[in-house]
Parts: sequence; structure tokens; C-alpha cells
Amino acid sequence: MSRVKTWLPGLALVTPSIILIGVFVYGLIGQNIWNSLNSSTRRAVVNQEIVERPLHDGGYANYVKLLSTADYQHALWNLLVLTAVFLIGTMFFGLLWAVLLEKGVKAEGVFRSIYLFPMAVSMIAAGIVWRWLLSPQQGGQAIGLNQLLQRLGLDALQSSWWSADSRWNMAWMAVPAIWQLSGYVMALFLAGFRGISDDQREAARIDGASEFKIYRHVLFPQLSPIALSALIIIGHMSMKMFDLIYALAGPNSYVASVPTTLMWTQMFNQGDRVMAAVNATVLLAIVAVLVVPYLIYTNRTERNQG
Amino acid sequence: MFTWWADGSEKVGLDALVEVFNAQYPDLTFVNLAVAVAGGAGSNAKAKLASDLENDNPPDSFQGHAGAELTDYIVNEQIEPVNDIIDELGGASVFPQDLLDRITVGGDIFSVPSNIHRSNVVWANPAVLEEAGITEIPADIDAWLADMQKVKDSGVETPLSVGGTWTIVHLFENVLLANLGADDYAGLFDGSTAWDSEGVTKSAEDMVKLLGFANNASDGDDWVAPTDMVIDGTAAYNVMGDWAVGQFNERDQVDNEDYVYFPVPGTDGVFNFLADSFTLPVGAPNPEGAKDWLRTAGSVDGQKAFNLAKGSIPARTDVPSDDFPAYQQSAIESFGSDTIASSIAHGSAVNLAWLDDISTATAKFYSGKDAATFVADLTAAAQNHIG
Repeated sequence: MSRVKTWLPGLALVTPSIILIGVFVYGLIGQNIWNSLNSSTRRAVVNQEIVERPLHDGGYANYVKLLSTADYQHALWNLLVLTAVFLIGTMFFGLLWAVLLEKGVKAEGVFRSIYLFPMAVSMIAAGIVWRWLLSPQQGGQAIGLNQLLQRLGLDALQSSWWSADSRWNMAWMAVPAIWQLSGYVMALFLAGFRGISDDQREAARIDGASEFKIYRHVLFPQLSPIALSALIIIGHMSMKMFDLIYALAGPNSYVASVPTTLMWTQMFNQGDRVMAAVNATVLLAIVAVLVVPYLIYTNRTERNQG
Repeated sequence: MFTWWADGSEKVGLDALVEVFNAQYPDLTFVNLAVAVAGGAGSNAKAKLASDLENDNPPDSFQGHAGAELTDYIVNEQIEPVNDIIDELGGASVFPQDLLDRITVGGDIFSVPSNIHRSNVVWANPAVLEEAGITEIPADIDAWLADMQKVKDSGVETPLSVGGTWTIVHLFENVLLANLGADDYAGLFDGSTAWDSEGVTKSAEDMVKLLGFANNASDGDDWVAPTDMVIDGTAAYNVMGDWAVGQFNERDQVDNEDYVYFPVPGTDGVFNFLADSFTLPVGAPNPEGAKDWLRTAGSVDGQKAFNLAKGSIPARTDVPSDDFPAYQQSAIESFGSDTIASSIAHGSAVNLAWLDDISTATAKFYSGKDAATFVADLTAAAQNHIG
């Protein structure tokens, strides 16, 4: 009886959230997977008469169908390029700024706010501005970055940016995203640096370590859990990114298509719920590949520490 | 009532129509339910409308492009036929038969058209044309391309201006219309003209050449900047629907002096139309009030007040044209006498899903400029939708 008394109040406390998460997260994930396996038909008007035709066969054939289309493979490739550049960019700038601020510059608060500020701008608003900055117009009609390059006498560097017909064009789409989220990564790293006591640096200096060696062998190893968290957070944001791309490139862009923008057109323009569900499930699987090993890793380290 | 006309000339037009409605039916009140989700060219409002209809919570009436775009509502049995109202308004004697055919499904008419816009219009800067020594309106696309070369030789980098994906679709539909003619063009949408036929292939190749004379645009750009290029003389030509008149007026340009317009070369005598219309949803809370609204929207007085303010032309052919500005007068005249074709880019010829496939194919074509792939993608899209 006394054992019941210890776990019962705890259970009563978490039950509502277990039920809510069970229904609204896992229940709906299950519903989505179920939808993705459905067959469906499409009704349309041909020659002023309504006809109904099969659209999807159902079952795993739906997955084969989506994954085998060239457009979806193109979107997945775009996502890979975007994620890689976005991750490297935010980690690089985040760490760089954190190290600079951590060295104790004057007016640190001002710089910290400046670097963090882009995060306060909504991605839609940022997307509208970056659409103009990254306009592909060149020569007499150049605006945005291309015009700036002309003014600087660097005409040869003008580019079509993300609109270019290139396998790597999505690297440019990562630029606004890096601008927006590097400050966040910086804040994470800065917190990490602040968490390391000064004693350790003092000790290293007394032992004759150079500044570089202090960072390399004393500070950075202690930041690796933070770096991993930052990677996971930025990585899954990149895969779910929709608003920025939609605001920059519109709904039907091909050069800038990623699975999330395809999902919008599948759902709202095509009215094709089955394919949108297949797409969502594939995306969930991709994010899971990234997040699940991280969860296993953190569980294991917590257990070892505890 | 559900409409996303909440700003600019569209709002002015709607207000004018509501005024007529209040005079004709003083015991009814007009309430626009969509104000909170207006903006974004109606895309947000359409998503809200779709969910309201799905949940059997329809407004009394809502706005939609006349033509294939409405078929999405018709196949889902979300809107009622309005044959009796069309007959009461005068039927085929006041609305062109070509137009009525395009809003008829299974023998029933499903909406009351309120206003018409024209898609196949070239807007040009006469000063730039004069500089290049061009005096005549080109007869077909090939002659037009030759003229563009002349403009380019006279020192204008980009003779043609374009915007984002939908403006490229808009240009392409008119090149198709020019090369195929109105009958074969209409055949694209019922399966009697193949999408890999010679005319379509030539149109895709013409698009490569035309875009060679055009500025670089990015997929998300709008139509205003390309119109401004014509006004500023950095481009000679722009193909855009006749709502562009609003932008010329905004910039204080004088009709026939600062800007000129003509049908897209090769489409003279054809009126490529898109129209707004009002519907009667299944299960409307107050169907009699909604019908009165449709009667106003389809009446001579209502159409005149609405279109004068909005800058479009009446769907009825018996509205006196004397009070309209010069451009609209010429459009009213053409609408009465020309063959009517349906716009792809604005939902008259194809439904939303097909338009989406065409837009994606066009965006892909715009980045790679590969005519053969474009034709293959368009053929595959047509196969998906009318097979």
C-alpha cells in the first residue's frame, strides 16, 4: 500500500500529458501513416462531364511511386545541400562569434544582441527581404546583392544565387537561414563557455599551454554535448524548413523545391492527401534517423553519469 | 458572403456592387466573412474556404474564377446549379454562349460571372519601339521575335520583361494560343489536341527564344516589377492581363501616349479570358438572400458599377460601354466580337491540380530552358488529368 502511495500521485500528475501526447502526437502520426497507405481516386470534369479515375494504388506502392519520381529525388537532393551548408555555416559562425565574445570584448551585450537579433524576425518577413537581396537580375536591372557588387566594381561576381540552374544552387538558400540562426548557436556555445570555470584555464596557463591549446584541449572537448545539441536542433529545423523557402521562391518553384514545399502543393494545390501523407512519413523517417541516435546517446550518457 | 477582395481597386469595386445590392434589396445585409484572412491573392482565403466547405459550414455565396477552377467545387458537390438565375438574367442573349459553355458541367451552369479580364495583351513602351524603328504591330510570334532583336540592337538589354513562375505560365499560354489558334488551343483541355503535337513543341521552342530576350526573374517575383520595366523603358514589351492598366494609371501614364497595347502577336481576334464569378454553395444558410446577391452581381447596374470601379469589363454584353475608359471600351468591343479562349494561368481552362502540374513544369523549364523536357512534362501532366 505504501508503495502505491509513492507512485500514484506522480502518475496522476503526468496522465493528462500522456493522454494528450498519445492522441495528438502519436495518434496523429499513426493516422498519417495509415493515410499514406490508402488508395485514392480523383474526380475531374472532362468535356463538361464528371469522371472519376484511380489515382493511387495504396500500400507500399505509394512509397515506391513518390520515391521514384525525379522531382522528389531532386527535392531530396536540394534538402541535402541545404542542410549541409546550413549546418556548417551556423556552426562555423556561431562558434566564431562565441569565441570572439568570450574573449571579453567591450560592449559584449551590444554585440550579443546584434548577433541574436535576426532570430527575432519571422522567417516569412526575412524571406521577403532576402528575395529582393538575392534577386537574379543582372546588368542594368540589378537589385539587391548584384547591385551592391556592381557598385563595388565586382561585376564578375554577380550571380543568379539560388535561382541558378545548378546542382548546388540551394547552398544560397542556406544563406538567409545561416544569417537567421547563427546567433542562436552562438548563444548556446557562449552558455557552454560560461559554464567552464576559470580555474581550468588558469591551471592550463600555469602548465604552459598556449591559448590555441587551451581551446583545443581544455575548452572544446567540454563543449561537445552542446555542439551535438546545436547540430540536432539546426539539422531538424533545416529539414522542416518551409516558410523561408515559400516566401523566397513561391509555391511552384522547381530549383528551390524541398519535400516540405512539395507537401504544400500536394495537399493544397493537388488535393492529394495520400501523397502528402507519404511525403510527411518519409520526412518523419529522415528526421528520426537524425534524432533517434541522439536520444539513445543522451540516455546512455545520462545513465553512465547517474 | 465570402470574398478576398479587401484592398485596392478590388475593394472599391466590391463596395460599388454592395451599394447597388443594398439599393435593390434593402432588407438584406452584406457581410464579408473573409476579411480576417484576406490578402495573398486569396490563397489563404481559399484554404479557409475549402475547410469551411469540407466541414459543411458554407457561406451564402463565395467568389471563384469562372471555368475549370470551379470544377473542384462541383465534383465535390459543394455548389448548386444556378440555371434559373442565369435564365432570369437573360441567359445566352446577354452572356456570350462561349462563356456559358465554359461554366457548364453536365448541362448545368454553376456560377454567375461578374467581370471579365483579358489575358492576351502585350503592353509596350512606344518610345522604345520608335528608337528601334518599329512601326507595325507584328503579325505572329516569329515577326515579334525579329522585332525584339531590333529592340536589342538599339541598346535595350532586355526587350521583354517577365516575373515569377505564374507570369511565365501566363506568357506561355498566349504563345500556345498564337501558334495553335483558338480551336486547337481549346482542344488541349479536352484531349483533342495532343500536348506533344507540333504546335506545342514550336511554342516551347519559341519560349526559349523569347526568354532569351527577357530579364532574369526569380520564381517568387510578382507582375508589378515587369510592368514598371516597360514604363521605365528598360523593356519594350510585357505580356500581362489587363489589370496592368491599374499600374499604368498608378504611375500617371497616358493611354496611347506613354504606353500602347495590342493582342499578343498571332492572337488577334481571340479574347483569352478569365472571369470572376459568384456561386451558390450547397447548404447555404440563407439561399434566398444568396440568390438575390447573384441577381445583383449579374444585373446590368451591378456589373456596370462593379467593373467601372475594379477596372475590368462586364460579363454581360448589353452594358453600355460609353462610361468606361479607353482601354476598357476596346476590351468590351473585342469581347463582344472575338472568339473566346480560356486562360490556363488563371483557372479558366484547367483546374487547380492541373495548373499546379503545369506551373511546376514551367518553373523547371525556366531554370533549364530545355524545350523537349518541357513538352514531355506537359504531356505527362495532361495524361494525369484527362488521360
